[in-house]
Amino acid sequence: MSSIIKKEYDIPANDFSLAGEASSNVRKLLTQLGVNPTVIKRTSIAMYEAELNVVIHGNGGKARVEIFEDKIEILVYDEGPGIEDIELAMKEGYSTAPDFIREMGFGAGMGLSNIKKNSDRFVLESEPNKGTRVYITIYLY
Amino acid sequence: MEVKQIKELITGEVHTCADRMDIVIKSACGADLMSDVMAFSKENAMLLTGLVNPQVIRTAEMMDIQVVVFVRGKKPTAEMCELAEEKGIVLLSTELTMFTACGILYKAGIAGKGSGCE
Repeated sequence: MSSIIKKEYDIPANDFSLAGEASSNVRKLLTQLGVNPTVIKRTSIAMYEAELNVVIHGNGGKARVEIFEDKIEILVYDEGPGIEDIELAMKEGYSTAPDFIREMGFGAGMGLSNIKKNSDRFVLESEPNKGTRVYITIYLY
Repeated sequence: MEVKQIKELITGEVHTCADRMDIVIKSACGADLMSDVMAFSKENAMLLTGLVNPQVIRTAEMMDIQVVVFVRGKKPTAEMCELAEEKGIVLLSTELTMFTACGILYKAGIAGKGSGCE
């Protein structure tokens, strides 16, 4: 099945005033399409967490969003330093975020597990020095 | 409870969306850690925080939070107010501390919802 809408967003590195802009855009789009509010919230949370990760850890990257009749597929990726131990990174409370990120109210080590919780399908691919790819699928019904 | 009553109770100052004082708030959360707001506060329409940066507004938007109260005399920046106006989010500030502001509102009937609250 081909997608109804396909969008691509740039996620600039270290620009905190813009972090969340892509997620906000997708949120607007889903609202216009009349998608169920619970699905919109789950999508917003998952994508915003992924977007923040790219800003904080990935030196910027991109998000590709495809909306189908029955689901939303999001790929958020960067070519940053990658994750050495994925199992450890998934653990709630584990974080490698620097102090200035914590001072901004983030970096509590809840992001990846929160993405997983809000997704119907979640795949994380990463290798040191080869960047990180987060695949998120959320069903509309 | 309507936002205008909340404003009176905490002697608050309105910074944005003054035309939305009739929004009804039933539950709220208090946090300085946006990570926790994202992970634990799925049903609350109001956030009390001592954190002042644009990501507070972004987090509020993603979480369907319609009212943000800045405690301990902190004030939102012009950039934050602009973003909040655009998103239709009411920004209030109060001189009260987090504990006192939350206590007054809880006593007046605003509940807390989320993990460990029910």
